[in-house]
Amino acid sequence: MSEQLNGTSAGALSLVPKTDVKQTAKDFKTDQEVRWCPGCGDYAILAAVQSFLPELGLRRENICFISGIGCSSRFPYYMNTYGFHSIHGRAPAIATGLATSRPDLSVWVVTGDGDALSIGGNHLIHALRRNVNLKILLFNNRIYGLTKGQYSPTSEVGKITKSTPMGSLDTPFNPISLAIGAEGTFVARTLDSDRKHLQSVLRAAAQHKGTALVEIYQNCNIFNDGAFEPLKDPAVREDVTIRLEHGEPIVFGADRSKGLRRSASGGLEVVNVADVDPSEIVVHDAHNPDPSLAFALSRLDSPAFEHTPIGIFRQVQRPSYDELMRAQIEEAVEHEGPGDLAALLASGDTWRID
Amino acid sequence: MTKQVQQLDRVIIRFAGDSGDGMQLTGDRFTQETASFGNDLSTLPNFPAEIRAPAGTLPGVSSFQLHFADHDILTPGDAPDVLVAMNPAALKANIGDLPRGGDLIVNTDEFTKRNLAKVGYDSNPLEDGSLSEYRVHALPLTSMTVEALAGFDITKKDAERAKNMFALGLLSWLYHRPTEGTLAFLERKFAKKPEIMKANIAAFQAGWNYGETTETFSVQYEVKPAAQPAGLYRNITGNMALAYGLVAAGVRSGLPVFLGSYPITPASDILHELSKHKRFGVRTFQAEDEIAAIGAALGASFGGSLGVTTTSGPGVALKSETIGLAVATELPLVIVDVQRAGPSTGMPTKTEQADLLQVMFGRNGEAPVPVVAPRSPSDCFDAALEAARIAIKYRTPVVLLSDGYLANGSEPWRIPDVESLPKIDPGFAVPGQEDFAPFRRDPETLARPWAIPGTAGLEHRIGGLEKSDVTGNISYDPENHDTMVRLRQAKIDGIASDIAPVEVDDPSGRARVLVIGWGCTYGSIAAAVRELRANGRHVAHAHLRHLNPFPANLGEVLRSYDKVVVPEINLGQLALLLRAKYLVDVIGYNRMRGLPFTSEELAGVIQDVIDSE
Repeated sequence: MSEQLNGTSAGALSLVPKTDVKQTAKDFKTDQEVRWCPGCGDYAILAAVQSFLPELGLRRENICFISGIGCSSRFPYYMNTYGFHSIHGRAPAIATGLATSRPDLSVWVVTGDGDALSIGGNHLIHALRRNVNLKILLFNNRIYGLTKGQYSPTSEVGKITKSTPMGSLDTPFNPISLAIGAEGTFVARTLDSDRKHLQSVLRAAAQHKGTALVEIYQNCNIFNDGAFEPLKDPAVREDVTIRLEHGEPIVFGADRSKGLRRSASGGLEVVNVADVDPSEIVVHDAHNPDPSLAFALSRLDSPAFEHTPIGIFRQVQRPSYDELMRAQIEEAVEHEGPGDLAALLASGDTWRID
Repeated sequence: MTKQVQQLDRVIIRFAGDSGDGMQLTGDRFTQETASFGNDLSTLPNFPAEIRAPAGTLPGVSSFQLHFADHDILTPGDAPDVLVAMNPAALKANIGDLPRGGDLIVNTDEFTKRNLAKVGYDSNPLEDGSLSEYRVHALPLTSMTVEALAGFDITKKDAERAKNMFALGLLSWLYHRPTEGTLAFLERKFAKKPEIMKANIAAFQAGWNYGETTETFSVQYEVKPAAQPAGLYRNITGNMALAYGLVAAGVRSGLPVFLGSYPITPASDILHELSKHKRFGVRTFQAEDEIAAIGAALGASFGGSLGVTTTSGPGVALKSETIGLAVATELPLVIVDVQRAGPSTGMPTKTEQADLLQVMFGRNGEAPVPVVAPRSPSDCFDAALEAARIAIKYRTPVVLLSDGYLANGSEPWRIPDVESLPKIDPGFAVPGQEDFAPFRRDPETLARPWAIPGTAGLEHRIGGLEKSDVTGNISYDPENHDTMVRLRQAKIDGIASDIAPVEVDDPSGRARVLVIGWGCTYGSIAAAVRELRANGRHVAHAHLRHLNPFPANLGEVLRSYDKVVVPEINLGQLALLLRAKYLVDVIGYNRMRGLPFTSEELAGVIQDVIDSE
């Protein structure tokens, strides 16, 4: 371990040992029976992660999955890596300690909308602003599944559930807006059912130095079935899904007839491409240090699913917390020399008695 | 002018003033002078939680008591022999503790009508005869300081602020203290403000010279150095010793220390201190809250660091769930609770011992946790090492129970030889280890293997769900749960065979009454017992370092005395545990004033028990 503790990192994975052995998805499966409900979106995400990880070429023992509580948080048990199924909402905190002390690990947090945004909201926003080297997969099914169907902090207003028979009253969080507001350096959204897109986002997240937040729309077929149906229904999905590509004009629709331009109010509005000058169509710039446009993009999914951006909203470079902490330690050692316990104990005013 | 020098064997001085008057600094400097002179000493800082309470009011009074002697002493002293009162509020708040005939030094400049009215004095106590039973030295400390600094290019306010150095100079003269340390300190402290530095030094010297020339003080006192074991000494507070103990635990185990902490009185100084020691590889993480602080520490432990979190009682309440997770996942973790008066926010800067039951039982499920308590400021060093040793060897969270008095109090410490400190073997599981299973226990300690990420072939998953014995897979099997609950308990109980038996101090061997305590009451109890023995009584004293598990011989010790007295700064928490475990009808003595016990009150209580035999 000590060898990797020195040195500074360039990328997220530059200090994580690689393997020459060819890996397959099977290498990342455990002998534990997967116990999500049949038809749960979590299966698709698990399979996508297991089949994606081999391409990173990392030693399996240097990958950790850390989760909180909820259906999604069973995830580590099914990954043949190191894993920690912790307590409700605290996974980002535990992962922060691990990632900060072990630059030779690729640390992933698996969480849900209740875990990350309700009980663990504080840890999530602080992990984002610190930019600890963590990849947070937020499975958003807009419901509490494990406790059998109460509304969640991402449920739409008026949601009828067991705990809200006359409809929920509170305005939901938009996780993307929240993450951008919390100084997140990598903020993305993808879908459980679109493996290709999901894996492309994971690929970018894995390489990102610092905290990456990936919101994954995930269907709970028991308590909130069809929550993301417009994004999945082949008949309409192309018309409502805005696929964000860095450097590309933001156009969408089955015939790519719609696009985004800046609105008079300072946000973004949907226009017919044919009706406007091409220079008015906004070009997506995920690397822009100014988060205003990324934030405006995150607001487009209201009203729900009329048009919903997926992909990477924001991807900017900022030193990661763990890297900065290592640099301070190295600086201290360089300037003062390595710690000498006897000298420390005898520092300050001393006197000798013979 | 040569003055008469009177020998004393011990003196207790209390500096009291407004929280802006620099009384803690003054006390600390006098302490350092005294320490380097070679007296034994013990200190008791006492200050409000407010950073600057309204000036001149009773809630704003800050004090620092120092007991020093030519022999070994155990407490900061019950009542001062000398009270320095920098304003009417300080006088009013402290005069009740000054015994008749005691020396009282007051700063008359602050005894204005307005200041007197602020604290409810109808007339000036310096003039109305109400202080006639004391030896009053009424001195215009502020104006004498300002006068002495007339030639300096500083503001009047800065000149007035140096009055604490004038007072320190005067007291240093009065008690023959060496001054080099204070002069060097002022040079360091004000290195970037040379004029302020010179002014403070001048004020200090003016105070000294005033003592020498004035007729107010006809006698100078001398307290000879104490005979102490040979060695290199320094003065140290509990929080500093505790922080050093954690650094030492990192060095002696070879593990990087990871501290996750959220600022809280009176524990924050440990965070401050550890954050200075990065060159030891110590990582300090100031978290967003108490929960994240312990979460990050546990995550670091999972990764092979010595995870530590430092807090006080309210923080422990927030950390309970994660302590339970550490119990379930069986990972090393040190939780430092610097106790303060509760419940809830309570009195943040005042001491108490009322978290014992919280740390013992404040978790859901059967979640046993070893508990270690230091007995004096310097003992925090050894206690921290012991907590880390148990945590690492047994793969368990351990609570280290300090308190506000130990944290801020100080005493001379004989600096230990590093090689004499215990070595701690992390005993990590190694790659390719045969028969590895995350919950296959060491048959002797019942500890599970510590296989950290990065160890090839030992990939495994842990968590808060119940695990199957040996394999660690999730299990809801009824018999397995019963087995696991008992195994976790047996592991902690078994530590009793790995700790020193409790020692009883009973020099005559004729005592029928045992006094047993834990934590910061050590000094008060030991001093009380010493006094009783000097008066011809027989009494035994035992003090517990380990509160969970108890030392193996404790039951036998308790049962071998007719009566057992348990003084605690709570409503009888240790007493409850002793009664429950050993069916011994112990007698509690309990007072919660936010202050340590005085030895006098304990001597009275214990004497009553002895005499009722």
